[in-house]
Amino acid sequence: MYSYTDFDEAFVRERVAQFRAQVERRIDGSLTEDEFKPLRLMNGLYLQLHAYMLRVAIPYGTLNGRQMRQLAMIARRWDKGYGHFTTRQNIQFNWPELRDVPDMLDALADVQMHAIQTSGNTIRNVTADHFAGAAEDEVADPRPVAELIRQWSTDHPEFQFLPRKFKVAVTGSPDDRAVTAAHDIGLRIVRNEEGQIGYRVLVGGGLGRTPMIGKVLNDFVSEADLLPYLEAIVAVYNLLGRRDNKYKARIKITVHENGIEDIAARVDEEFTRRKSLFSGVDQEMLTAIRAQFAPPAFEAPQTAAFDLAFAENPVFRSFVDTNTAAHRAPGYAIVTVSLKAHGKTPGDATAAQMEVLADLAERYGHDELRISHEQNVILPHVAKRHLPAIHAALSTAGLATANVGLVSDIIACPGMDYCALATARSIPVAQQIATRFDELKLEHDIGALKIKISGCINACGHHHVGHIGILGLDRAGVENYQITLGGDGGPDAVIGERTGPGFAYDQIVPAIERLVYAYLDLREDREETFLETYRRLGMEPFKAALYEDEEARADAA
Amino acid sequence: MPRPFTPKVVTANALLEGDVVYLKADDGWTRRIEEAELIEDEAIADIRLLDAQRRGSEVVGAYLADAKAGPNGPEPVHFREAFRTRGPSNYNHGKQEGA
Ligand code: SF4
Repeated sequence: MYSYTDFDEAFVRERVAQFRAQVERRIDGSLTEDEFKPLRLMNGLYLQLHAYMLRVAIPYGTLNGRQMRQLAMIARRWDKGYGHFTTRQNIQFNWPELRDVPDMLDALADVQMHAIQTSGNTIRNVTADHFAGAAEDEVADPRPVAELIRQWSTDHPEFQFLPRKFKVAVTGSPDDRAVTAAHDIGLRIVRNEEGQIGYRVLVGGGLGRTPMIGKVLNDFVSEADLLPYLEAIVAVYNLLGRRDNKYKARIKITVHENGIEDIAARVDEEFTRRKSLFSGVDQEMLTAIRAQFAPPAFEAPQTAAFDLAFAENPVFRSFVDTNTAAHRAPGYAIVTVSLKAHGKTPGDATAAQMEVLADLAERYGHDELRISHEQNVILPHVAKRHLPAIHAALSTAGLATANVGLVSDIIACPGMDYCALATARSIPVAQQIATRFDELKLEHDIGALKIKISGCINACGHHHVGHIGILGLDRAGVENYQITLGGDGGPDAVIGERTGPGFAYDQIVPAIERLVYAYLDLREDREETFLETYRRLGMEPFKAALYEDEEARADAA
Repeated sequence: MPRPFTPKVVTANALLEGDVVYLKADDGWTRRIEEAELIEDEAIADIRLLDAQRRGSEVVGAYLADAKAGPNGPEPVHFREAFRTRGPSNYNHGKQEGA
């Protein structure tokens, strides 16, 4: 079987040194932009609308306190004092100067981080649930197998020239937080009737220009069969995937054009051929990787201090109710720190805030932080007795907004405020929606509602799977926003449906407000969420709320 | 009938800072669109662009952007170009910071 390589410190340092020389040669004129561009992109350096942007990978969204503190230092020293956490579990620095980037990369390497981008048509970064290893409902921690897949796919000689890039996500929990159905391959760890752990394999999901929900290719693949099975899928795709048209090259189109049954049959055949070539080394490796992801030593539950604060302090209670999730260890909680303070930029954290998060992780959180694709920061392992102190520290830092999963917890891509590919802005739309619903004091009454905004068809803001999705477009030189409803990124993922004509920049917030008021009128009771109401009633009543007034006004005019 | 030519400015990003720059009539680069050369003739625009693209050790990604004459000099036409003259709308960063 194939033997593995890994990023190590020496490799990263060497790449930084190379890039330092390349930057110098670009500045002194010996490299042209055509020569330099692929080199800078490989090192995570993009040229955006107003400046360069450095994108730094956060594998599995996992960081320790020291790493977070270093990101704060970088933000302060070479940027404008903040960083932007993205929907792809990266951090972006929006204002680096070309000359400083090698120093920034060296500072990242000091804490075992890098901005190296896997590029080309290969198997890209494997993503996993941001509650991995902590969630109460988890069948198993998805990170060991995600890491195994990463090692198996890195430099895999057969898969360096796939028809197109290829993304894999793994969740260990039935409440799919890794949006596995929107990936080329989505893996869901399940237990069969005999109690064995295995994988439900989805294939052919993806957002972007042709959004599709992944289809189940196999309900149960055993752990020992997983890598040969994945290899079989990628091999079938490698042969069958279209290379004539970039927009038709992803496996979602291959599945769509050939049908899931045909793909399944081909994969089974290929699997039989490949299975015997796997000697079981992969299973030994998995065992070794698992040891690295061993959970911290949890203390016995002591919740008296927590119970008291919860009973007496309504602000604390609201924070706990909204921003914490059930932990697998008794007496523990998972804390989601919202980077969506009303009116602020979704996903942005100042250097000072990053330092507070680093401190809290080190003092109370087993030195672990996670970044979620929903652009929030997570303290995955917190003893409940520490929650009052954590809440107090977060409040002082402007990080205690109790809105996780609510209308103002909006995902928004950078859009035309930064992104060179954008067709419209997304950040100010998110800011205005959050501010508006905060003014109305309706947020907690409205309950669970996911709004997701993208500034172009590339869908980095995952608008297709927002309960309310907003897509910013350029319509004849004016910003125009299309609305989709009923999208869902969870276990039963659905692509949202378009409501009709889009709305101008100054009309989109009132339009969203009309939708939400319609929901409040239509729901059976407080328990019925926006999504459930939409599923029960369909598009019509929401469409009426969106457009009828307008038509009446147009008729009157 | 050929479409009438919309006036243009040559714009790019500065190599070192990435900041938006415009080509002036005297061949210098300016950070302010008002100081840019407004090119009214298509053939001249193409030549000016070619000149700019040859200056790859100063700027990156030169292109022609639609512009119109204003009281203080050229003004952007499209909203994307208007944002490029200012900076992002969520912070007072970029050009608007010094303005
Ligand atoms: S969705 Fe479009 S505008 Fe938004 S970050 Fe992605 S590429 Fe840029």
